[in-house]
Amino acid sequence: MNSPSTELPRSMAIYEQFHHISRWGDGFDSNNTGSSAIVPADVGLKNKAEYISCEQVEPSISDQETNKPTDKIRRRLAQNREAARKSRLRKKAYVQQLESSRLKLAQLEQELERARQQGIYISGASDTGCFGLPGTVNSGITAFEMEYAHWVEEQNRQICELRTALQAHVSDIELRILVESGLNHYCNLFRMKADAAKADVFYLISGIWRTSAERFFHWIGGFRPSEILNVVVLQIEPLTDQQHLEVCNLRQSSQQAEDALSQGVDKLQQSLAEGVASDLCSGNYKAQMVDAIDKLEALENFVNQADHLRQQTLQQMVRILTTRQAARGFLAMGEYFHRLRALSSLWAARPRESG
Amino acid sequence: MHCQTKGSWGSYMPTTAVVIGDPLERIERLASENAVVIFSISSCCMCHAIKRLFCGMGVNPTVIELDQDPRGSDMEKALIRLLGASPAVPVVFIGGKLVGAMDRVMASHINGTLVPLLKQAGALWL
Repeated sequence: MNSPSTELPRSMAIYEQFHHISRWGDGFDSNNTGSSAIVPADVGLKNKAEYISCEQVEPSISDQETNKPTDKIRRRLAQNREAARKSRLRKKAYVQQLESSRLKLAQLEQELERARQQGIYISGASDTGCFGLPGTVNSGITAFEMEYAHWVEEQNRQICELRTALQAHVSDIELRILVESGLNHYCNLFRMKADAAKADVFYLISGIWRTSAERFFHWIGGFRPSEILNVVVLQIEPLTDQQHLEVCNLRQSSQQAEDALSQGVDKLQQSLAEGVASDLCSGNYKAQMVDAIDKLEALENFVNQADHLRQQTLQQMVRILTTRQAARGFLAMGEYFHRLRALSSLWAARPRESG
Repeated sequence: MHCQTKGSWGSYMPTTAVVIGDPLERIERLASENAVVIFSISSCCMCHAIKRLFCGMGVNPTVIELDQDPRGSDMEKALIRLLGASPAVPVVFIGGKLVGAMDRVMASHINGTLVPLLKQAGALWL
């Protein structure tokens, strides 16, 4: 291992530990008692004193009684082994700390990139040709970005609260409160999104406000209701026959509604493309643009309907299930999205070839 | 006329005597002629979505395209008044009774009330 200590900024707290690592790497061996450089910081003063004196023990065995030196040596060796073990544990902890810092760094870079894009988005006044934005700040979108970040934090807190409550077997009344909070929290999200759709529906449709793994599953501005039901259904057994029937019906009706909305959006895409592409050779496009704007306003409708569908599906789910089942369902949902977000961070942090 | 339809129209129905050719009256008449009636505009994509929803369920709705009807624009205005909101379309009637726009239809499908309503009107079997 190289000694990069000079390359690191001195302000970094890890500098000190790095210094230790370079020493650890120097052919460290648990039996290498002669290595006087290895003095772990947290080893007691007593041991330290004995370490220093161990150098003198080996070459001058003849100076002591034959039995005592052997015991002493054995003790030294044992202490060395112990110290070495502790060193290895510390090294492991340090490496783990490095790994999580790397993850954090990747996360921050992602956020920075998103903020930068958002900044470009906002400051598009100077270059409308490139980003097609009017010369005004889209405050509706910036407001949403901030609110959504808080929403995610609150969501994580609610998941923890649910998990604790379920493990502690709290009463149904308390669980009911948590389930209602969970449902309300999603309703808040849909309200926020309705405002954002008015500000710029493309922003919601693009999924830029979500993490990359979530975006893979993106459907008309958010999650697919049927996908959520798939996640929840595994967590809520056992179901009564009546519940089983109702859950099947819910899965079928949400799937049908999704298909209908998808086909509506496809038709909109087709219609928009035809409109924009009509009479391309003349170079005159004013009328087409006006027509296209009207069509894009219809897209806002679709995002609103999709969110409406999401809300209805969640509400029906709560109606069908018992309080405890609904609590497990919300926990499963929350954990599922949390993992997708974590997956996105891991993906961003994964080692890549340089250059 | 307003007596028998008061149930479906609620307070939207005019209580004064109506003229023949009143758009609302025409809407009501068209709505009662078939089990499932959708008022639509052919270029409207949300209307396309609602048509696909019913077809996907195995229902064969009657679709009235307002842009292809000579009195379409009058009916469109009447529907806006009826719904109390824009846009006028799509709007769905089942068994002659007003169900509503896309959000009401989807909500009733999700909460399980749409299918029984369709069966009752004879639009769906099994």
